[in-house]
Formats: sequence, structure tokens, C-alpha cells
Amino acid sequence: MSRIVIDEERCKGCLLCAQVCPKAIIAASSRFNAKGYKVAEVLEAEKEKCTGCAACAQMCPDVAIKVWRSVKSKAKEND
Amino acid sequence: MSSIPEIKEELVFDRPKVLADVPSHYCPGCQHGVIHRMVAECLEEFGLVEKTIAVSSIGCSVFLYNYILVDTVEAPHGRAPAVATGVKRARTDAFVFAYQGDGDLASIGLAEIMHAANRGERISVVFVNNTVYGMTGGQMAPTTMIGQKTTTCPAGRCAEREGGPMRMAELIASLDGVAYSARVAVNSIKNMAQAKRALRRTFETQIKGEGFGFVEFLATCPTNWRVSPVAANERVAKEMIPGFPLGVYKDAAKED
Repeated sequence: MSRIVIDEERCKGCLLCAQVCPKAIIAASSRFNAKGYKVAEVLEAEKEKCTGCAACAQMCPDVAIKVWRSVKSKAKEND
Repeated sequence: MSSIPEIKEELVFDRPKVLADVPSHYCPGCQHGVIHRMVAECLEEFGLVEKTIAVSSIGCSVFLYNYILVDTVEAPHGRAPAVATGVKRARTDAFVFAYQGDGDLASIGLAEIMHAANRGERISVVFVNNTVYGMTGGQMAPTTMIGQKTTTCPAGRCAEREGGPMRMAELIASLDGVAYSARVAVNSIKNMAQAKRALRRTFETQIKGEGFGFVEFLATCPTNWRVSPVAANERVAKEMIPGFPLGVYKDAAKED
């Protein structure tokens, strides 16, 4: 499963990541970070839709998002 | 359940190492951060980190040296291209780039940028146009658009009184010493890919000694435009790009 990790202490809650996400699975959370910004999060129910496209990470002005993309194992491809 | 495939994952996006791992002072949604990241990525991709001397300007991007971990000279307001000229002439082996905003480059620093470009100095200039003076509270800049409200033109910029916005990429492209001049935006993934290509080409003109390289980034200033970051990003496509058309205005290598 592909996934993203948002560094919540770096997030400023601008939500440009949510605007650009092709699967629309990022939204504002109800949490605030130490600086008082309402941070973005991946919706728990939708997190499996992440394709690891990294659009959110490219868009993030604070470079607060890391992206992992799943790689199918070779054994699986040979099946 | 022996057929469960082994799932591996790879890190496909992380911050470039030369981009300091510290919080930035920029406002939420400010695209200086995206442009800093692209500059850092290009420096790494070309293997320039060890031989780069950056020249930072006055404005919100004044703290460039805190974020891009290369040797940096802080230039007086508007004088970054003049300082970069000196750095490059003294250290011809170094890669020298200036990073300036529109209040700095197109207003107080207009003489310096025009003459550095006209002389064809072997430097690169990254120009960030957000149509206002960001750091000082959103006053009208030479690049402010007709009808745009700022603290010094509260009824909107009037063409008869204040003239129209200056289109720097076109102005720079008209000078003989310039090898490359382009305007790009970072408001969408597609435009970001174009922006990255233009920035790489700008740096390449200096590496190959072709002449002066210039790239103008259209960027947002949600705080001084007094809109949300998402609305500011939408304004780039709706209002800025029609007034500041994207494209490559000069590429000397392709014209030969």
C-alpha cells in the first residue's frame, strides 16, 4: 500500500495538498500543532486509495510530506 | 493464505539534502517553499552544491541562507545581480545564482538586473513574482496587476495613474546578452514540471557558459492578497497567467 506521512509540526494547514490530491483523500483534521495550525491529514477510511503519486508532496510549500510507493514483489509479478 | 504477496515500499519523495531540515518562516501557502525546493533539487541534480555561491536579496526571501545550505552573500536591496556579477568575475569556477522577489528585482533593483542581463554575465537569476511587496505588508509593486487592491492602491491599481504591470521575462528576453529567459508557475503539477525544466535550463546556461539565465516564477502571497492559500493558488490560473503568459521567451541555444 502506498502512503504519505505528513510532518504535523511542519504543516501550516494551507491545504494545497488536499486541493491537488487526485483521489481527494486529504482533508483538514481537528488537531492543532504547537504553532497553532490546524494540520492536514489523510482520511483514515480512504487511506488505501493513495497511489503514491506524490502530487501532494510536490505541492507542499513546507516540504512536510514524505511519500512511499508500494513496489510489487517480483514473485508476485511472475505469477 | 500463503499467497499473500510480499509488499515492499520505496521512498519516492523526500526533501533534498541541501534544503535545510528546519521550519520555514513563510506564511501558510506561500510558494517560496516550493521554489526553494526546486532550486535545491537542481543544485543536487547538477552536482553543484559544493561550488555554488548564492546571492540572496531583500524581501521575504532574505533568509535564503537559512534554508539552502550553500555559501551565500546577502546583497543590499535590489543589488543582487551586481553582487553576483562581482562574485562570478572573482570566482569564475563557482556557480552563482541570485534569488529575488518582484519588489526587489523589478523596482529598486531594475537598473542592476537590466545591466547584468545586458552585459551577459554568466550568472543565473531566479525571480519570484507574487505581484506585491510581501515582507513590508503588501504594498503595490511594479508587477501588481490592473485593478488589484493593495495597501498603497486600496481602490485597485489604475493603469492611467500607475501604469501597467511590468513583464520582466519579456523585458529581459529582449536584451542581447541573455541566453535564456522564461516564465513559469507552480500552481499545478503540470506547471511545476515545466517550471523544473525551465529552472534546469537556466542553470545549464551558466554551466555551459552561454550567457545570462533568467527564470520568472509566478507565486502566491495569500497573506497580502487577503485570501486563503487555496483561493490564492486558484487566482494564479485565473488572473495571473492570463496577464503574465507562461513560456520560454528566449533560448539562445535553440535559435542558433
